[in-house]
Amino acid sequence: MALKVERRAAPLWLQPLLPLLAVVITFVLTSALVLLAGANPLRAYYHFLIEPLSSRVSALEVLVKATPLLLTGIAVTFAFYGGFWNIGAEGQFLVGAAAATAVGLNAHAIPPWVALPLMALSGFAAGMAWALIPALMKTRLHTDEVVTTLLLNTVALLLVSALLNGPWRDPISQWPQSPEIASTAILPKLAPRTRLHLGFLIALATALVVSVLLRRTVFGLRMRAVGLQPKAARFAGIPVERMLLISALASGGIAGLAGMVEVAGIHYRLIEAISGGHGYTGILVAMLGNLSALGVVLAALFIGLIDTGSQTVSRALGVPVYLGEIIQATLLLVTLAVLLLQNYRLRWERRG
Amino acid sequence: MRSPRCAYSAQFPTPQVPIPLSMTQQTPIVSMRGIHKRFGSVLANQGVDFDLQAGEIHALLGENGAGKSTLMRVLYGLYRPDAGSIAVDGRPVLIRSPRDAIALGIGMVTQHFALAAPLSVTENVILGQEGRLWLDRKSAEAQVAAAAQRFGLTVNPRAQVRALSIGQRQRVEILKALYRQARVLILDEPTAVLIPQEVEQLFETLMRLKAEGVSVVFISHKLSEVTRIADRVTVMRSGCVVGSVSAAQASPAELARMIVGQTIMSVSKPRQLSAGRPMLILDDVWADDDKGAPMLRGVSLQVNAGEIVGLAGVAGNGQTELAELIEGTRTCRRGRIMVDGTDVTRASPARMMQAGVGRIPEDRHASVVGDLTVAENMALEHLDEFGRCGLLDRARLRRHAEQLIAEYQIKARPDDRIRTLSGGNMQKVILARVLERQPRVIVISQPTRGLDIRATEYIHGKLLDQRQRGAAILLISEDLDELLKLADRIAVIYGGRIVGVMPAESATPERLGLLMAGMQHEHEAGGPDHGAQG
Ligand SMILES: Nc1ncnc2c1ncn2[C@@H]1O[C@H](COP(=O)(O)OP(=O)(O)OP(=O)(O)O)[C@@H](O)[C@H]1O
Ligand SMILES: [Mg+2]
Repeated sequence: MALKVERRAAPLWLQPLLPLLAVVITFVLTSALVLLAGANPLRAYYHFLIEPLSSRVSALEVLVKATPLLLTGIAVTFAFYGGFWNIGAEGQFLVGAAAATAVGLNAHAIPPWVALPLMALSGFAAGMAWALIPALMKTRLHTDEVVTTLLLNTVALLLVSALLNGPWRDPISQWPQSPEIASTAILPKLAPRTRLHLGFLIALATALVVSVLLRRTVFGLRMRAVGLQPKAARFAGIPVERMLLISALASGGIAGLAGMVEVAGIHYRLIEAISGGHGYTGILVAMLGNLSALGVVLAALFIGLIDTGSQTVSRALGVPVYLGEIIQATLLLVTLAVLLLQNYRLRWERRG
Repeated sequence: MRSPRCAYSAQFPTPQVPIPLSMTQQTPIVSMRGIHKRFGSVLANQGVDFDLQAGEIHALLGENGAGKSTLMRVLYGLYRPDAGSIAVDGRPVLIRSPRDAIALGIGMVTQHFALAAPLSVTENVILGQEGRLWLDRKSAEAQVAAAAQRFGLTVNPRAQVRALSIGQRQRVEILKALYRQARVLILDEPTAVLIPQEVEQLFETLMRLKAEGVSVVFISHKLSEVTRIADRVTVMRSGCVVGSVSAAQASPAELARMIVGQTIMSVSKPRQLSAGRPMLILDDVWADDDKGAPMLRGVSLQVNAGEIVGLAGVAGNGQTELAELIEGTRTCRRGRIMVDGTDVTRASPARMMQAGVGRIPEDRHASVVGDLTVAENMALEHLDEFGRCGLLDRARLRRHAEQLIAEYQIKARPDDRIRTLSGGNMQKVILARVLERQPRVIVISQPTRGLDIRATEYIHGKLLDQRQRGAAILLISEDLDELLKLADRIAVIYGGRIVGVMPAESATPERLGLLMAGMQHEHEAGGPDHGAQG
């Protein structure tokens, strides 16, 4: 027997099932680790997937965890859709958070209905500015944006670090964290006694708007053409450079908005770990969600569930919290492999 | 033995001389019987019988999608047949992979080459056949050079494949097969990518191979080539063999009838109504190639309304760049381009279209987005008309596509990804998208490359219709027959300059050939409209 790879698209009915397949494969692969950690895999997955949904507070916590991922996932989707390989959502998130904090720290005299939009705007603008550099480098100098966006993530992190160790260092605790933002700059809660805040609805609305924009408009079809085959798009009269710039800036802006939402919704201040990889996880969310808005919402909720679950699991079964991260990382790799199945098919061929 | 589905020979008792096995003097070197191959719902081969004699050049003809490549890919082990048997030298064999085929002395040059670009010619040729652990580059190079010399396959054994032209790469592919001791050489549409001179060179090689006893399967859509080079011709239609005839006994017209199953009328050029006003004017145009080296050096050319101007030339003399200038995808360094009185020098593709230019480029795949649907591609050049307050009107997109599909007899559905269309149908989609706009100027490059007779005639007919309508057409083609058939005037480009313009009536292949080779420099003699000034 020999394994052969054929170029052949998966049948249509199978395509929505592929992410599900990725999840199943991931669980099979990681069950060995769960066993090593001394737990029963089935019980572990029960705690990962079912347990968090059994109480109102932890179920809402899933939404809280999903909120920034939803935004970064949409951000990455927007970029990838237009063929701009933005690996820099992490950096754009960080500068967005910093810019929002800057407004929030000085918003004591401003009413919330002015302060919050202002924060969102500045977060969005900062993310955009951070994406502008690699975008211009790509359209003008043909520099590979994968490299430049990735490198700028480190720069953003150092920038935040410099702010927190310098001008914004908390005068009370002397920790490298900013003072609390004004109370008028805090996103209202959606449910009492939980962490769920307005940011979740903002994220959902963003997903909806982006989905309509990309799937239902003339603009979206142009963007798609650019993302799929820039040469043919240029031939057809579509301004490829401008479209690339738009997709990069929109992507950076949305990632920046994610940073604002985390500051104004969860931490109420800037900390170094404000992102903690949400930008990178956004890539996973976008890929897992197949670059569709509905898919991204589901993927973000799913990762939110695993995030919440990994805490439950470690409490209930005494396994390390890192298990959740391992599962996420494995899921990314398996997803990428499974997505290849969309265009290729494996076939066993009998040798005589 | 033949499948009952394929009963063409009874329906079309055309000039074929069926040769039953008993009548052949020798056992065929390759004998395929009852080959079936299905792709999803498509029966690509339905019970095909095919015999190849030792030392013959055997042409395989048929329309796009007839199943020629499939049959040969089965023989080379690239596809496993669903049913059927193959015998080599009279002995039944099982060919499961190209490795098996090579071991049996069968080599194939596919439509898309499989060479490693960063490696040298020699390295490519011996790849996978090194035999020993150590690579003796010197003797390998000598061997490759000797084989190249013997078969007239001129190519430098040390050159990097990356740096070779398409024609040279093809020679490397042939050398590769011969190095593996191929007695059977399958060439899938080898001439579709070659310029006329290279075709001559290839034919020379094929004759030498034949003299050495190598059998050749030659797939082509050009009947004049086939009657020249082939000994026998097998015609396929819809996955079946229609018949096999001796090439000496078949005329191109008869072959054409076997291929399509009916007599197809070759379109002919109606008289030119009148010389219209100048629509496309190139005035001392200069442009660089992709590497930034000057390519076009002062091209001046004029195309009038209701006229087809053919541009002849050996590939690489600037015709691609010239087309791109008018398509709006290359910048003009110097000079002026006018379309119906509007200056479009350095215009973007969008502005070119606005000015009334319809563009059908050489590379079909670079003008459509493969993963978008037929409907989306048909609308891509003027999407604004399909929006309502920015929202995409999918229903209109679909209606528009359905209408064009019906009008241009395209075998596709609006929602098919355009990537899955055959070359002919993809070309029809591009043609429909352009002609629907009633462009005043049409620039079209290699319009029928790789297309079968029926599609070729169809496209030729459409171009002549456009000429009658009054469009000014610049037809760039490496196919001199095509230019002589369609053009009113023929210009020749050499070394980035127009070296001659002549009325089609006074153009002969010989005269054009001299100009194309840069051996002569002519100016247009008289006439009311001077096409070129330099
Ligand atoms: N790998 C494949 N997967 C699916 N369908 C295929 C595949 N290869 C060929 N086909 C289909 O089988 C039929 C025969 O194709 P084939 O390539 O053999 O035609 P052909 O005679 O070589 O045509 P052309 O002159 O255009 O090269 C076509 O309908 C084609 O779409
Ligand atoms: Mg073929």
